[in-house]
Amino acid sequence: MSVSGYPQQSTGVIESRSSVEKNLDAGFRWLTYIFALLIGLILLSIALVIAVAAWPAIVEYNFSFFNNSNWNPVTDEYGTIAVIYGTLMSSFIGLVIAIPLGIGAAIFLSEDFIPENLRTVLVFLVEILAAIPSVVYGLWGIFVLIPISKTLGVWLFENLGWIPIFSRPPAGPGMLPSGIVLSIMILPIVIAISRDSLASLPPDLRQASLGLGATRWETIFRVLIPAAISGIVGGVMLGLGRAMGETMAATMIIGNSNRLSISILEPANTIASLIANQFAEASGLQVSALMYAGLVLMFLTLIVNIFAELIVNQIKAKYE
Amino acid sequence: MTNSSNVIDLKRKPGGTRAIVGKIMTSLATLCVLVTLVPLAAVMYFVLLQGFSRLRFDLFTELPPPPGLEEGGLANAIIGTLVVVGIATAIAVPIGVLTAVYLSEFSNNGKTALAIRFATNVLSGVPSIIAGVFSYGLLVATGIVGFSSVAGGVALAVLMLPTIIRTSDEALKIVPQDIRWAALGVGAYNYQTVLKIVLPAALPGIITGVTLSIARAAGETAPLIFTTLYSNFWPNVSPQGLLEPIATLSVLVYNFAIVPFEAQNELAWAGSLILVVLVLITSIIARLATRKQVY
Repeated sequence: MSVSGYPQQSTGVIESRSSVEKNLDAGFRWLTYIFALLIGLILLSIALVIAVAAWPAIVEYNFSFFNNSNWNPVTDEYGTIAVIYGTLMSSFIGLVIAIPLGIGAAIFLSEDFIPENLRTVLVFLVEILAAIPSVVYGLWGIFVLIPISKTLGVWLFENLGWIPIFSRPPAGPGMLPSGIVLSIMILPIVIAISRDSLASLPPDLRQASLGLGATRWETIFRVLIPAAISGIVGGVMLGLGRAMGETMAATMIIGNSNRLSISILEPANTIASLIANQFAEASGLQVSALMYAGLVLMFLTLIVNIFAELIVNQIKAKYE
Repeated sequence: MTNSSNVIDLKRKPGGTRAIVGKIMTSLATLCVLVTLVPLAAVMYFVLLQGFSRLRFDLFTELPPPPGLEEGGLANAIIGTLVVVGIATAIAVPIGVLTAVYLSEFSNNGKTALAIRFATNVLSGVPSIIAGVFSYGLLVATGIVGFSSVAGGVALAVLMLPTIIRTSDEALKIVPQDIRWAALGVGAYNYQTVLKIVLPAALPGIITGVTLSIARAAGETAPLIFTTLYSNFWPNVSPQGLLEPIATLSVLVYNFAIVPFEAQNELAWAGSLILVVLVLITSIIARLATRKQVY
């Protein structure tokens, strides 16, 4: 590396730094600082751009946007109660499946049930599960999962039809297959965060419990899980945020029906798939209404994600 | 406890309730992992099965067929994906890496750094479709560029940024403090230390993060549906082509999955195969690269 201005003969005097280089140095610092601030700016401008574009719809519909279930571009009548129900219900189905599976898998992958090498491979496979594009899950869902879930749906309808959420015969696409795909897609994040928070517990906890004579599973249930619970809850919340914002798999599987139906066996819609479906062909007030829906979705996921972030950070601070 | 006498038996009994409960729980946990991996195996199986049967040379050289016809390929979508992801990478990499440099080298982990790391995490939770809506509102609705590769690239860049920042930040943190001191000690400026010593040392980690984020971006669909739209034709090779709608693999898979034509469905599977192989290769390379750390 050549440092300019370095004297050829050592005279014992170090030359002072040139002002050009000093400015260059300060300039570089500033450049990185500006780019760093840009990240915050991007986050703010996302909210701002969407809010500005949604403004006509916010003025027009105000809160009737949330207690109307019609979404009709022909009459310019827009209400989101059906898609909000769809977003929350499909995410909820996803969570109901993913929580027990995810926590079970996280325990299995964080404790030493199996040799280290095998564990690394399994962890890698779970990571792959997260990396598969959602449109591929959607394609798979259309041709493979929907037929399977229809059989399951028929059974649920015939045997548990008295429960409102199973009260309609399954149509194929719908909330149930969509929830199943969402659970597959959020499992990796639930597993990763739960595993991290279990693995970051101090070994003393484990040793003390085992030393007192507890079995491995008693240690897991009475010591490790209570100690890591905030991290696990944080992971589940992050999963919820993912599920609510997940678009393609839901769009391709949920059936895109804007009619409000309590039954999870019928076609439904989510905010994200509503936007994905209608945005390209929307015009006028419909664009604003979709932007308004986008704002609602962003608000929902931001709250969940920030909350999750705070919980996860809390446990990190506790044991690091 | 199982013993009834006053003397407490401290021995573990292999057939005791506690041991049995433990065995049951262990099998349940094993089952959880296996059930988690079933969808992975199922998706892989179908993508390989259906994709391979359509994997022919014309896939990479020809345009998709019109509805009802066979033959054809995905060539325009492959080019489109390269273009859009290329634009996104060109935007996201400099911003991401320089932000990470600020965080790890100049911020002293003060309040600003804390806020920016938090913003990065929040940004990574922003749903991909919201990134699309943002790019639409910023560039398309305002008429700045219209439906185009550029609009799609901006949306993907927003999604790539958090991954790049976090991996670069981590990679820079691993570089030992000694070599920074050594560089500064021989009279190097901060920018020289960062550009010529620290960044090269952290390069494997940074490249890993960038590669992973590129693989993710190539599979993103939602933000592209209404920013780059789709086109059935060859992309325009002149610079104006960047301002026109373009086909991408992921949007093609989406469009062709939901039409009732078998030839199109087959192409959707073939497109999925290409995307999945891309993700697999990058994940494996990233794994191997992180093992070969400089320090």
